[in-house]
Amino acid sequence: MTTIFGIPVAVILGQLVLGLVNGSFYALLSLGVAIIFGLMGVVNFAHGAFYALGAFAALLSLQHLGLNYWAALAAVPLAVGLLGIALERLLLRRLYGLDALYGLLLTFGVALVIEGCLHQYFGATGQSYPVPQALRGVLNLGFMILPIYRAWVILVSVTTCLLAWFLIERTRLGGTLRAATQNAALLQAFGVNVPLLMSLMYGAGVALAAFAGVLSAPVILVSPQMGSSLVIVVFAVVVIGGMGSILGAILSGLSVGLIEGFTKVIYPEASSIVVFLLMALVLVVRPAGLLGRD
Amino acid sequence: MRAAALMYGLLGAFALAVPLLGIYPVFMMQLLCFAMFACAYNLLLGFSGMLSFGHAAFFGGAAYATGWLAAMRGWGPGASILAGVGVAALTGLLVGIIAIRRRGIYFAMITLALAQLIYFLCLEAPFTGGENGLQGVPRGALLAVLPLRSDILMYYAVLAAFLLQYAFVHRVVQSPFGHVLKAIRENEIRAVSLGYDVNRYRLLAFVLSAALAGFAGSLKTLVLGFATLSDVQQSTSGEVILMTLLGGTGTFFGPVAGAAIVVTMQEYLSGLVGGWVTVVIGAVFVACVLAFRRGLVGTILERWRQRGAA
Repeated sequence: MTTIFGIPVAVILGQLVLGLVNGSFYALLSLGVAIIFGLMGVVNFAHGAFYALGAFAALLSLQHLGLNYWAALAAVPLAVGLLGIALERLLLRRLYGLDALYGLLLTFGVALVIEGCLHQYFGATGQSYPVPQALRGVLNLGFMILPIYRAWVILVSVTTCLLAWFLIERTRLGGTLRAATQNAALLQAFGVNVPLLMSLMYGAGVALAAFAGVLSAPVILVSPQMGSSLVIVVFAVVVIGGMGSILGAILSGLSVGLIEGFTKVIYPEASSIVVFLLMALVLVVRPAGLLGRD
Repeated sequence: MRAAALMYGLLGAFALAVPLLGIYPVFMMQLLCFAMFACAYNLLLGFSGMLSFGHAAFFGGAAYATGWLAAMRGWGPGASILAGVGVAALTGLLVGIIAIRRRGIYFAMITLALAQLIYFLCLEAPFTGGENGLQGVPRGALLAVLPLRSDILMYYAVLAAFLLQYAFVHRVVQSPFGHVLKAIRENEIRAVSLGYDVNRYRLLAFVLSAALAGFAGSLKTLVLGFATLSDVQQSTSGEVILMTLLGGTGTFFGPVAGAAIVVTMQEYLSGLVGGWVTVVIGAVFVACVLAFRRGLVGTILERWRQRGAA
């Protein structure tokens, strides 16, 4: 068996694939955080809670409504997105024009409420979600064995991220969105319904989090705390990529996942902190983030 | 002003009489420790305008340092608290140097991330006891003569520490240094143009606040006899923000009132509603941000000012 520094290549590749799977979730989540921040100036602390909500919604709809994985992948983000729109209309909207820190604090409170409720209903122990029939099994690539579901997660996340990037940076709708981040008042004077745009974008960002939640349900234990520490990693990813930069969030999400996977091979103890060290390093060298403009 | 003096007098009399009133002294000590934590935090948020989302790192870091020295090395309370404060100040310096490169929302996110880094270090370090934390930390004897095992004696020691810190924060805010901090908070560009080295002031404020938060954390370890992971967790950072906000940011007494409300709420609510406490805390957070941004003391002070003007 081939080895590098005494570590079998298959083990390294396996960890890198796991890292890429994690990176896919980071990318999806930080994409949503970047969209919401870019357009509304709100750092959405509740993102991790919506991610957990997505996973639980998938679990519940399977157990009680008999909704399968594929239906959940479409229906759950829609439902959670609607909840996000309601949240924006009822609460967040009142804070526009105030210091952005209030948005962070408000969504922190919302995250506590959501996670507290999930904890009350489901307890602290994790539950598992079955891998859908069509995606079970493994691919034998010759040099390594790749579980199909992991390949699927990477494929779907990267496609979704690229699609979102294209939509925002290369289409007329995206142009309107970016105009709203630059000068909302002027855009409104041109007859665009900016408040509606904001509601929809918050809903879309939250729906992405729920989508990531459903996608992750078969590979992790679904538990109320699954989002609360993840959201901090996602924040660090967004800072590394450069706040408000869509492409920066996607790329740094994937690379942080890979770097974490690699750290697991060479020095496992540091794998949970490497992202924060990376963030500190980026801040020292390039305070605006890798792709950020300042 | 006469009303304020009366209020302080009544509170002082109450604080002195706590052991006579039959209030559980450990509960009061815990309340005072969190009040100190919130005052330290307010020095940063209220008077310097920086929202740190990672103050649990300093509180908990000092709690671990003090706990380890007192339990494993047999240090006395004075020395172990001093060491805890030192650890917190040093951690604050390291975090501060990186975090003050950015402002506002970025600052909050960076402190949050760096505090999470410290949380993981505490989780994996060999001397913190992992998931169990450090248990059975002895209180020792103050200056080697006053045994603090008695709750009453310990209570008065904590009360003295609280007053000392309260007066210190007051003094810092009223000093020329404190006025520069407020000037930076109000208009940073103006402060720069007046020739102040803004980043040095901000860093010093950060380190001071971290050290004082560490003082509170060290004391808490000796009071309760343990230091655990929940001391360094992000929820603790959130709690201290809530205390400060609820009581009134940028007021002297606000954080104390906020800490009293939150600690009392946690103590009595957990018996009433059990696990729903987190939900209640979250809801209070939301309500506070939406409708009560001046906080309790801030609102009262504003009423007084309006009455004075009318």
